Amino acid sequence: MNNEGFEMLNIKDLKVNINDKEILKGIDLDIKAGEVHVIMGQNGSGKSTLVKTISNHYDCEVTNGQMKYKEKDLLELDTSDRANEGIFLSFQNPIEVPGVNNSYFLKTALNEKRKYQKEQELDSMEFLKLTKDELGKFEIDKKLLQRDLNDGFSGGEKKRNELIQLLILKPDLIMLDEIDSGLDIDAIKTVANVINKLLEDKNRSLLMITHYDKLLSLIKADHVHILEDGKIIKSGDYSLAEEINEKGFKNETN
Amino acid sequence: MASNDQIKELLKKDYKLGFETLVESDTFPKGLDETIIKAISKKKDEPEWLLEFRLKAYKKWLAMEEPTWAHLKYPKIDYQDIAYYSAPKKPIDSLDDVDPEILKTYEKLGIPLEEQKMLAGVAVDAVFDSVSVKTTFQDELEKLGIIFCSISEAAHKHPEILKKYLASVVGPADNYFASLNSAVFTDGSFVYIPPNVRCPMELSTYFRINALNTGQFERTLIIADKGSYVSYNEGCSAPSRDERQLHAAVVELIALDDAQIKYSTIQNWYPGDDEGRGGILNFVTKRGMCKGDNSKISWTQVETGSSLTWKYPSCILKGKNSVGEFYSVAISSHAQQADTGTKMVHLGENTKSTIISKGISAMQGVNAYRGLVKVGKKAKNARNVSECDSLLIGNRCKANTYPYHEIGNSSANIEHEATTSKISDEQLFYLNQRGISEEDAIAMIVNGFCKEVLKELPMEFAAEAKELLNISLEGSVG
Repeated sequence: MNNEGFEMLNIKDLKVNINDKEILKGIDLDIKAGEVHVIMGQNGSGKSTLVKTISNHYDCEVTNGQMKYKEKDLLELDTSDRANEGIFLSFQNPIEVPGVNNSYFLKTALNEKRKYQKEQELDSMEFLKLTKDELGKFEIDKKLLQRDLNDGFSGGEKKRNELIQLLILKPDLIMLDEIDSGLDIDAIKTVANVINKLLEDKNRSLLMITHYDKLLSLIKADHVHILEDGKIIKSGDYSLAEEINEKGFKNETN
Repeated sequence: MASNDQIKELLKKDYKLGFETLVESDTFPKGLDETIIKAISKKKDEPEWLLEFRLKAYKKWLAMEEPTWAHLKYPKIDYQDIAYYSAPKKPIDSLDDVDPEILKTYEKLGIPLEEQKMLAGVAVDAVFDSVSVKTTFQDELEKLGIIFCSISEAAHKHPEILKKYLASVVGPADNYFASLNSAVFTDGSFVYIPPNVRCPMELSTYFRINALNTGQFERTLIIADKGSYVSYNEGCSAPSRDERQLHAAVVELIALDDAQIKYSTIQNWYPGDDEGRGGILNFVTKRGMCKGDNSKISWTQVETGSSLTWKYPSCILKGKNSVGEFYSVAISSHAQQADTGTKMVHLGENTKSTIISKGISAMQGVNAYRGLVKVGKKAKNARNVSECDSLLIGNRCKANTYPYHEIGNSSANIEHEATTSKISDEQLFYLNQRGISEEDAIAMIVNGFCKEVLKELPMEFAAEAKELLNISLEGSVG
């Protein structure tokens, strides 16, 4: 309760290049703990670039601006440090890593975080119990854990694997890059269930990129931002999302 | 002041005169001729037949030419610039006298302190009494009739078996380096497993205390009699350092009816400097003869060569239904070059061979796999499965694969698969973004890549091998 509404993420005048081309042209964004922010915009507007930059993707070159995460200067932290501080990016197209067992990978990631946070690492038995408990709540099939990381997974299975990671790693800043694309209605419901459960902890925030109103109708958004050509051109509450879905983006351009 | 050449001439003259003096000395002066060979044999108190074996091989060697077809670049070897005999090194007093780089690696590999001392050549104290350890386990082996001793000892205690099998798999004229080895071999392991005995423990060169000092021209002979089984581990993950640059070993394995030999190697030659200068030149002939029906020989190796490795463990599948296997992980990093592979020769009926080769190249390393699958005219129903995968880390390394197939019987079933992959930035980023450091991420992916081979290693060796992989790839990032 003490931490209710603390500053989770503060971005000031962020400009980012990809391959020497300016994609983000001055982004300002403030996310408090417990809030749900949605980014909408046409393809190519820079949505993915924004979340990739926050996670320190190698393609993204920050040319201007500041990013603070829980008052810490993000630009001072490398990729794995940002992750262990509690930042998680669910990828649009999760890459396959054959040869690496999914369960082994996840246990390693969890223990890296615990080590970083000076907590006790889990052994295999404890980890097994954790996955059983967490996945059981949502009836997510544990079989994915027995396979190699995303190797040969269908689109839906890859997204489900992202959810599994969310449940185990329990990040504080959850960033979802079109997690619902390619999913059927039941799968979208599962995504919403998992996210909402995680959001019950008010020390957590969500930054979500999505097109589809189905997911938006299941996860209550506090703030909606429209991204166009590398800048946030309009912000509002959930009603803004409804407007976009009814009338499209063209209406919003000045 | 006499010039270097003049001094060399003088030295040469000196030993040519004094055979007796030679035999008295601890280290022979450099150079090779019949006198040196006779002196080596005398020093070891070898039987006449063994000296003749050496001299015959030497004559053959003189008539041969050094092979140059390998993918390797190395400075010309001066065979007269090598001392062909030196007594075991005097023990050092403590670990304080050992190169700190080596100590660092021992620690990373999790090698217990007492073992570190042993590996470094420190005189072993009473707490870890090498003699008593050796004795306890020698007793157990003796009860079963298993012989595990040095070749020198075998020449005295078991001459009949030694004479019967020595050079039966790798003849003295087999190849240039094998001939040289046959003439000047220093020592090595001799193993004999009697019929229907399963050797109850992993035989390892750790237990032959002087093993680490035989280095240069090691000769190993392992015989598994009918229905027996043995697993032998060679080398260790701790960096092997040797000022002597040329290593030309010969390993012969013989499996009789229904017998099985498993031979595992972890080799980590100390890298010398960043450009590979001072690195070891490693020319090894390893061959297994599946002599009996239903026999099986498996070679498993994890190698990170310092400078050059030229090595093709092979199987000759003579017995009916015999099986040959080759599992290998070879890492070439920094400025290393590896030209390795295997030969599977199918002679009997219904024989089967499996080849799984994983090559990893990082930085400026160059990896070449050279494999031969040969099926003889009378080898009915031969089957072979080969999988040769290359993993590239970074943009300056290379991997080459040269598979050769010589199929002389149309009933043969041969499968060959080769892949090349790179560790992608995207994969690394994915693991990074889940909190895993870049070096750990590479280690994870590499381990996954080598899984099929690593699982063939005996358990303790497997743990060491994994550590070795991680360490070998340190600094490959960026």
